[in-house]
Amino acid sequence: MHLDHGDSYPHRHTHSAEPVRADGTRRALRVGLGGPVGSGKTATVAALCRALRAELSMAVVTNDIYTREDAEFLLREAVLPPERIAAVETGACPHTAIRDDISANLEAVEELEENVGPLDLILVESGGDNLTATFSRGLVDAQIFVIDVAGGDDIPRKGGPGVTTADLLIVNKTDLAPHVGSDLDRMARDAAEQRGDLPVAFQSLRGPEGVAPVADWVRARIAAWAVR
Amino acid sequence: MTSAPPVAPEAPAAPAARAAAGLRATARIAAAADGRGGTALPLLAGEGPLALRRTRGEGAEAGVMLVGAMSAPLGGDHLSVEADAGPGARLGLRSAAATLALPGRDGAPARYDVRLTLAEEAAVRWLPEPLVSVQGSDLRVRTRVELAPTARLLLREEQVLGRTGESPGLLRSRLTVLRGGRPLLDQELACGPGAPGGWDGPAGLAGHRALGQLLVVDPQFAEAPPEPAVLGEFAAVTPLAGPAVLVTALAPDALRLRELLDAACSTYGW
Amino acid sequence: MSLAALLVLADGRFPAGGHAHSGGAEAACKAGRIHDAATLAEFCRGRLHTSGLVAAGLAAAAAHGLDPAELDTAADARTPPPALRLAARRLGRQLLRAARATWPAAELDALAAAFPRGAHQPVVLGVTARAAGLGPLDAAHVAAYESVSGPATATVRLLGLDPFEASAVLAGLAPELDAVSGRAASAALLARHEGLEALPASSSPLLDIAAQAHAEWPVRLFAS
Repeated sequence: MHLDHGDSYPHRHTHSAEPVRADGTRRALRVGLGGPVGSGKTATVAALCRALRAELSMAVVTNDIYTREDAEFLLREAVLPPERIAAVETGACPHTAIRDDISANLEAVEELEENVGPLDLILVESGGDNLTATFSRGLVDAQIFVIDVAGGDDIPRKGGPGVTTADLLIVNKTDLAPHVGSDLDRMARDAAEQRGDLPVAFQSLRGPEGVAPVADWVRARIAAWAVR
Repeated sequence: MTSAPPVAPEAPAAPAARAAAGLRATARIAAAADGRGGTALPLLAGEGPLALRRTRGEGAEAGVMLVGAMSAPLGGDHLSVEADAGPGARLGLRSAAATLALPGRDGAPARYDVRLTLAEEAAVRWLPEPLVSVQGSDLRVRTRVELAPTARLLLREEQVLGRTGESPGLLRSRLTVLRGGRPLLDQELACGPGAPGGWDGPAGLAGHRALGQLLVVDPQFAEAPPEPAVLGEFAAVTPLAGPAVLVTALAPDALRLRELLDAACSTYGW
Repeated sequence: MSLAALLVLADGRFPAGGHAHSGGAEAACKAGRIHDAATLAEFCRGRLHTSGLVAAGLAAAAAHGLDPAELDTAADARTPPPALRLAARRLGRQLLRAARATWPAAELDALAAAFPRGAHQPVVLGVTARAAGLGPLDAAHVAAYESVSGPATATVRLLGLDPFEASAVLAGLAPELDAVSGRAASAALLARHEGLEALPASSSPLLDIAAQAHAEWPVRLFAS
């Protein structure tokens, strides 16, 4: 109990890092997905929705460069009902909306919980941005950074906050590695050097495993969240 | 069935003195349901340049024409129109010609006040001809409407900045509409030389010389509010935070403006 | 009042959602009405003397402690486009979130409880100013400044306008910003005794029309 502001602040749930909602119920786990343009964030979100929607109550917030483009992709793919997908305008600065001023995204996740809740999981997808874009800890509980082999196999070596600090690094489109001359072993070594013990998932959504390893990682986070 | 005669003689206009400070004149109208499905006009009193004439109304509506306001207001003048529609009364108010805001001798601003009061179930249409802001003039218009919650209003305002090829005068026009005592619409337009900066710029009129609004207040909108809409690049339909819709339009000239507002009137008005 | 608190509240990096709103600049840039520093300055000037003055008056009145519910109704009446009322309420809710974390106060909590869908941003701004120990003139200054800083920042992003030129535009407006803030604060003082009709109601038909049109764009960068 917060004895210091018991009755005087009855609605004091302003920083949404708090795990409990204003009505006392536990809020959904929020997982952010960031990464450069074209690395496969939206495709990964769509695959996660398909993999997890039967077992989890889910919703998605998109932060597009242009409003609704990614949201509309998800709607077209029908991975979730439309009321479970919200789009946030970012004023041409997607990283600002997920890091420096998270207020619009917090509004969006709370509105989703109010409108379609209770929810187990909300995926917050960043607009395609650069290697320095990371999510605020006030917005998400865990973050995934998505890069792809076609973007160059030196990206893990270059580091940057996304590659080095994300809770999960996805190296996407591994099926393309032979075609674009990317060395997966080198990427794995560089990533391990940058990230220490933090996990890395090599993913090909076209391969037999698809999004399964990442979905398993999300399940583990959900389990940990439930007992936190 | 209407109690109004087809054409009534012109209401007697009391003489009004133009004092050194300018002329003061008030036209007063009271409309009351006559109990036979029509509307009577127990008060119809013009004054000075504001003469009133009873006209053929439509259906249960009593019609009143404001005539002879052409030569006013001059700078320093203070003209008022006050109309009061009693419970269930239906009143249609028009003007015979455009009103010209003209410069005064000493540069003093002119004032033009319109006060409309609508009781329960009353319906008023205030559809005057355009107000033309003539070069060198300085006019303050104050339109204040008070509606009972069940009353209906159709109000049109058109402002034309300058006669053809002429620069405008200074025009300040405030429109306040209260419904059940609560503000429903409150806005002020200021344009012309001497208005606050940017009035004709990219966040102002952007070179347009005619602007207008059509406001429809109708309790039926509470159940079926009109949808917001855009009518071309320079006109929009905006439902208010109450059972009312405001159509705002900018146009190159008065004719084009009237076309836009007439179309809006046939959609939302009566 | 604390000058430092004023700087915190007026800082463009204060996390209250403003960065995603262009104040009508996105629509004006697309229409070609803003295309350089000079047209940006004229746009900002027009906005300052209309919606900026109205916001400043509402903020000053709220900072005086006038009833936020009545002020919110007055704000509705001064905001015909539904798109702008929605944007103002969203921004109000976002500001309230930031304000409650920054300057915890019972008045802010009461405002959140009374307006779960958000109150108009200038009203929240005025109550926030109170919580931060600022006065009505300070609140008016912040509101007036926000009415022009948003379009200026957005134009830098939309047109690639030289940011130094954009800053110079804002600095050039300083005397008018001060005058508008002063007018708004005087009106708010009058409103304490004469009612809220004493607050400014200046409007720009073009800003209203363009805002409603902008809200219907299928693709846009800014929320308003």
